[in-house]
Amino acid sequence: MAVFSGLAEKLQGTFKKLKGKGKLTETDVKQAMREVRLALLEADVNYKVVKNFVSKVQERAVGQEVFQSLTPGQQVIKIVNDELTQLMGGTQSSINLSSKPPTVVMMVGLQGAGKTTSAGKLAKVMKKQGRRPLLVAGDIYRPAAIKQLQILGEQIEIPVFAMGDKQNPVNIAKAALEHAKVHGNDLIIIDTAGRLHVDEKLMKELENIKANVQPTEILLVVDAMTGQDAVNVAEMFNEQLGLTGVVLTKLDGDTRGGAALSVKAVTGCPVKYVGLGEKLDALEAFHPDRMASRILGMGDVLSLIEKAQDNFDEEKAKELEKKIRQQQFTLEDFLDQLQQMKSMGPMEDILSMLPGVGNAKELKNLQVDEKELVRTEAIIQSMTDEERKKPEIINGSRKKRIATGSGTRVQDVNRILKQFAQAKKLMRQFAGADQSKLAKKMSKKSKKGGLGLPFFR
Amino acid sequence: MAGLLGKFKEGLSKTREGFVDKISNLVAGKREFDEVFFEELEEIFIQGDVGMATTLDIVGSLKRKVKEQKITETKDLYQVLEELIVELLGADSVLNVEGKPAVIMVVGVNGAGKTTTIGKLAYQYKEQGKKVLIAAGDTFRAGAIDQLEIWANRVGTQLIKHQEGSDPAAVAYDAVNAGRSRGADVVIIDTAGRLQNKANLMQELQKVHRIVSKELPGAPLEVLLVLDATTGQNAISQAKVFSEAVGVTGIALTKLDGTAKGGVVLGITHELNIPVKLIGIGEGIEDLRTFDGRTFAKALFTGEEE
Repeated sequence: MAVFSGLAEKLQGTFKKLKGKGKLTETDVKQAMREVRLALLEADVNYKVVKNFVSKVQERAVGQEVFQSLTPGQQVIKIVNDELTQLMGGTQSSINLSSKPPTVVMMVGLQGAGKTTSAGKLAKVMKKQGRRPLLVAGDIYRPAAIKQLQILGEQIEIPVFAMGDKQNPVNIAKAALEHAKVHGNDLIIIDTAGRLHVDEKLMKELENIKANVQPTEILLVVDAMTGQDAVNVAEMFNEQLGLTGVVLTKLDGDTRGGAALSVKAVTGCPVKYVGLGEKLDALEAFHPDRMASRILGMGDVLSLIEKAQDNFDEEKAKELEKKIRQQQFTLEDFLDQLQQMKSMGPMEDILSMLPGVGNAKELKNLQVDEKELVRTEAIIQSMTDEERKKPEIINGSRKKRIATGSGTRVQDVNRILKQFAQAKKLMRQFAGADQSKLAKKMSKKSKKGGLGLPFFR
Repeated sequence: MAGLLGKFKEGLSKTREGFVDKISNLVAGKREFDEVFFEELEEIFIQGDVGMATTLDIVGSLKRKVKEQKITETKDLYQVLEELIVELLGADSVLNVEGKPAVIMVVGVNGAGKTTTIGKLAYQYKEQGKKVLIAAGDTFRAGAIDQLEIWANRVGTQLIKHQEGSDPAAVAYDAVNAGRSRGADVVIIDTAGRLQNKANLMQELQKVHRIVSKELPGAPLEVLLVLDATTGQNAISQAKVFSEAVGVTGIALTKLDGTAKGGVVLGITHELNIPVKLIGIGEGIEDLRTFDGRTFAKALFTGEEE
């Protein structure tokens, strides 16, 4: 994910300088903090939040714990990491469910933040967890907002409660609650119209909805690209409504996402979910600790593994693991892997979660070519069964046939074969010495079996 | 004209409160324009989303001028600051609608306000007696076509639409040709919101742009980037990447009524030199204004008390 990459890069540069030092002076720390401050400001972290953050870190960093440490640079990084995690909310938090269903969730925010889309995504997440959500079309102002929600509802197969745009949103919310009780929906998610935090009339309307349906969760939807004003917006909504959490959207862009850092610090409301794409399953729980280590370029192996587990077919993975152990990995499995990798989402996202890769300079300008994957797929699919199982039989004329069949060139076929050979070699090592940290972590996390090897060019 | 300035001021009042109130607080009580003062001034600019580089540049110039001209009065300081900002923003620049039909392609990230801006813009041209045709080029987002259709009905213009999920370039092609054959003066093409780091979506946009350019050899084509005024430093990345992809010719800054910011405009003109052509200052159909750097700066720096 490109999120925070700019910030991470900057901080890493700063920390590299610190890391090498056996002894830190107060000037060293001050210099580093100046750079941290600048990096955070350029990432749109709120000015006051930055000020606080820097002074906190500085205070700790010039204290005993650092100076007595053998690796003072590391110690400072650890402090920054701790404080960043703290700033973003400490531990992960999720949606609270009411003890007396239906649980009511209200989505609020400025225009264009992504409320309607997030409502749909959240409904999908909750449905996956076994709830029976009902979406409520409460935005009667924006043209076609109701239609948008209805279309989303159809796509994710979740009912949408709408009363057109002539009814007052308060009445719609009340009627929806009754509807949910009758129809056995244990969760209702109310989409509301976007409004400016300074619009008194519309803010009052939200208060009225709140008073009438008593939501368990009031989620503020915030565009991750928001600048310094994010804090004011969050503050105003919080003052008037008492927010319970934040959904940060459009985090799949190249924004540094400073809003994530500021909002919790100012309102005390945790970021509960992040929107990471236009597809309706692109909503993920927010993990402050993981995000912090991502910022610092330590990678996010946990998210990667979870992502892999979500997308990988368990049976297939087991089978693959067996094959790897017995060294029977074939081009067919290779193709399988490829297809599974594709279902995990864009390559850049996956790559950036790996430790040490997220901050790799080369990655910055490297747009992983998804077309390349398609080509590889075509090449393998142009092979006969036998060829896939025993690639060593592929001679010159077979290569020519495969190239023609897949619309590629013989060089391309050669390259794939070479990659496959390398992957196989790598797997042999993997199978032999099961010491890899990744493998260990995986087996600790679940007994599901192997992750299989990511496909790298 | 006075009325216009008034409305402008009203819409900008939040922006002004952000900037000017803070600056006047800063200079209140007659103080020296020293290092501490300039540092605090920098803070104000940064809090206004102006961005680090631009802030340092503006405050640096101001510092120099204060020294050169031996400025001690607040009033004079304002004057200099206003001049600096006007200089940065340029006077005015408007959308070129000379062609027949003139084509305006509207691009931007998700949720910036493209569709609403198109509705307001169409209304404006309609009021000027022009024949307007709008094209529902956002074939991706659920309900986007309906949203634009409601606007088209509200304004009373023709709409070219295909089905959801169809090729936006085909919609654009049809729109330009329909505009030509129906004798439209202005064709406004909506596009789906996209984050600028999505390479494939940017390619799709380039295709739309290519098709439209091909249909209009030699004629001016406006590419209007719609920017949410609450956006922080990412706005610069947006302006940069969209420009590289489809040659943005102007910016429409939306939602300027709600934010105490809008300072990112300074950063964009400073770093990329793309003119702001329109600003959205309210929810009403008439709340879209031509941007004028001088008026903007004036509205920023002349308080009601004068």
